[in-house]
Amino acid sequence: MLPKDAAAAEGKVNVQINGKWYRFPKGTRIADACNSVGAHVPCFCYHPKLSVAGSCRMCLVEQGMPPRLAPGATPQYNEDGYQTISWMPRAVIACANTVAENMGIRTDSKLTSEARRGVLEFLLSNHPLDCPICDQAGECKLQEYTADYGRGTHRFTESKTKKGKNLSIGPRVNLDQERCVLCRRCVRFMKEIVGEEVLGVVGRGTHNAIACYPGTELDSNYSMNVVDICPVGAMTSKDFRFKMRVWFLKSTPTIDVTNGTGTNINIWTREQQVYRITPRQNDEVNSCWMPDDARLAYKYINAPARLTTPLVRTDAGADQRPSTWDATIGLVTEQLHKCAPTEVAMIASARMTNEELYMVRALAKQLGITKLDIVPRTGEADDLLVSADRNPNSTGAKLILGKEGKGLRTIRNGVRNGSIRFLIALGEDLTSEEAGFTAEDLAGLDYLLCVSHSENATTKAADVVLPGVTFAEKYGTMINVAGRIQRLNKAIEPMGEARSDWDIYRSISQSLGCDCVNVIACPSPMAVLEQMALEFEPMHGLTWGNIGNEGKAIIETGVTIPLIEREKAKK
Amino acid sequence: MAYISVKRPKFSLLDRLYVVELVKGLGITFKHLALSLVGKSRGKGDFSKEGVGVCMQFPEERWDARLPEYYRGAPTLVRGEDGRERCVSCQLCEFICPARAIKVTPGSVDENSSCAKQEKAPAEFEIDMLRCIYCGMCQEVCPEQAIFLSKEYLITPQDRKDAVRNKETLYRLGGTRKGLVNKWNQYK
Repeated sequence: MLPKDAAAAEGKVNVQINGKWYRFPKGTRIADACNSVGAHVPCFCYHPKLSVAGSCRMCLVEQGMPPRLAPGATPQYNEDGYQTISWMPRAVIACANTVAENMGIRTDSKLTSEARRGVLEFLLSNHPLDCPICDQAGECKLQEYTADYGRGTHRFTESKTKKGKNLSIGPRVNLDQERCVLCRRCVRFMKEIVGEEVLGVVGRGTHNAIACYPGTELDSNYSMNVVDICPVGAMTSKDFRFKMRVWFLKSTPTIDVTNGTGTNINIWTREQQVYRITPRQNDEVNSCWMPDDARLAYKYINAPARLTTPLVRTDAGADQRPSTWDATIGLVTEQLHKCAPTEVAMIASARMTNEELYMVRALAKQLGITKLDIVPRTGEADDLLVSADRNPNSTGAKLILGKEGKGLRTIRNGVRNGSIRFLIALGEDLTSEEAGFTAEDLAGLDYLLCVSHSENATTKAADVVLPGVTFAEKYGTMINVAGRIQRLNKAIEPMGEARSDWDIYRSISQSLGCDCVNVIACPSPMAVLEQMALEFEPMHGLTWGNIGNEGKAIIETGVTIPLIEREKAKK
Repeated sequence: MAYISVKRPKFSLLDRLYVVELVKGLGITFKHLALSLVGKSRGKGDFSKEGVGVCMQFPEERWDARLPEYYRGAPTLVRGEDGRERCVSCQLCEFICPARAIKVTPGSVDENSSCAKQEKAPAEFEIDMLRCIYCGMCQEVCPEQAIFLSKEYLITPQDRKDAVRNKETLYRLGGTRKGLVNKWNQYK
């Protein structure tokens, strides 16, 4: 049996790449095939999630096929069962061509390297070379490919074409037309993914430039994705403009917490400062994209409003003053012991991780509280990635606490009619619109204990405030609206003396006399997860390691993410 | 951990008494004393041309005029002949600095200023002179010819804060430098 027949039986074809034979499924792009076996093909315009343009010519490779047979001739096979390859005298682009049976590709030949060098020379003929002031420097494909395949010197003596620099094309994106290599990824993204045609190419020849159509601007909630997909520094983020060079930043894979989709992201930090958030590819959750509002929702992490020490109000009406952890936990224990369980209510949050919710459940059990619920938070879903559920872990709250926010009204009424005298607010600002408490409600309480990462109206009214952490400072897991469990990773250390929330709840439970080993003996959120894996049926078999960076679908919720559904339908 | 056992040398009683080594050392001192008394001090020839004598009477006498062309003193920021502050805060010096003495806070150039084309300039530029090791890597890496090592060697801060030079001080010390490439003119 010849290799071609063996491959055809699997629906595959035999392709020779740099002298070695591989098998790929029919219809694979040459670029994808080469990259998958480690023969790197440089691309500017090709993006796996967008249609193929084939405009940049960067991916030129040398290609060959068996010779066409004369009429009546039979194909000749060598001892390995392959036909000889006749190499074509000109290179072909790897992004717009698919593999075929007995095809040969060379990515390391003289023809290929000369083609790449030539393409780069033309791309650089009008490039302003302002890398020192360009935010893309360090992650710029043009920089990388020039270092890898370029010629290093410039042979053009003509002056470079002048185009628009530092143009504002939308509220969050800047355009530099001189740096552009005209790959049109941004144009295709806005047309194909977002469905708003605002970007186009104007001008002729060397004056070609990206621009917004007259009367429009790039103001979509997904506009900043063009900054990510731009291979050069033509599209830059206004928010990140001149903030920090990218080579100083460390990226930590984690997930977004602004809504129930659980978009996979990277947080970019230097020392204890968060500089930006970018999407991380996950074809089951967010593809390669993320909405702008989620991307910009990091400012509160390093804001001055962050709480850094426990705060205690010793006398009614006095100011809160900073305290130490040991003293504060002792005080809280003493105060909670005095409360009658029927008069206490606890408000948790679906913004907590599963591990925190588990500890909240243990704390409620220890206190004997039955009035416990979360704050539901809904908004308008867009037809792409933003979910109507604005809590990142509603599914987890439902699984672990069995709560969906239906009892919040009862607690609110209880506070107003005086049957609830003591309130514990964990990670929620009770005066927010969703929670619906007023400042008077809080002032009327006998005792208000609050755990929060930032100062807000609730912490100001509280008798004891314990400083928690934001999503960037903790490990944990969350379950998104589609029932997928995903990991949060710690990008920076907690601010000041703030502690991880799960640890705070555990300390209080322990101090209150909890003797359940599963709760008090947990050394880390990973251990809590293992405990939960034994206790909750959908989580069976889960460990921190086997969830992985991509997450794992564990619950059938029936909810889908529109953008992902559309992407799957296209295939 | 891998351990390497090192054999310590064995000292005899004479070694441990230390007297012999002391005498050896003093011998060198007295040798130099004797040489200088007969006018044959070491290095006398090098200094005599300069009119300094065997010892330089610092601080009355200074190195300033005698520093070689390649001397590496304190790093400073310079302006071009057009008066433009040359640094664009690309932060390569901060990246290359082996002692982590440099801290750059990037900022924007005012759109109406004469060098608006440059777009970017440091909002603050700090060099901690207690950390600086005068290696000259910052000067070498700078793509804008903005940072140069001066011949300044007398750096005597009164406290740690005083040792950190800010952008204003660095430009004052650097002054204007002639003959540099003008990258950000209107033709570019």
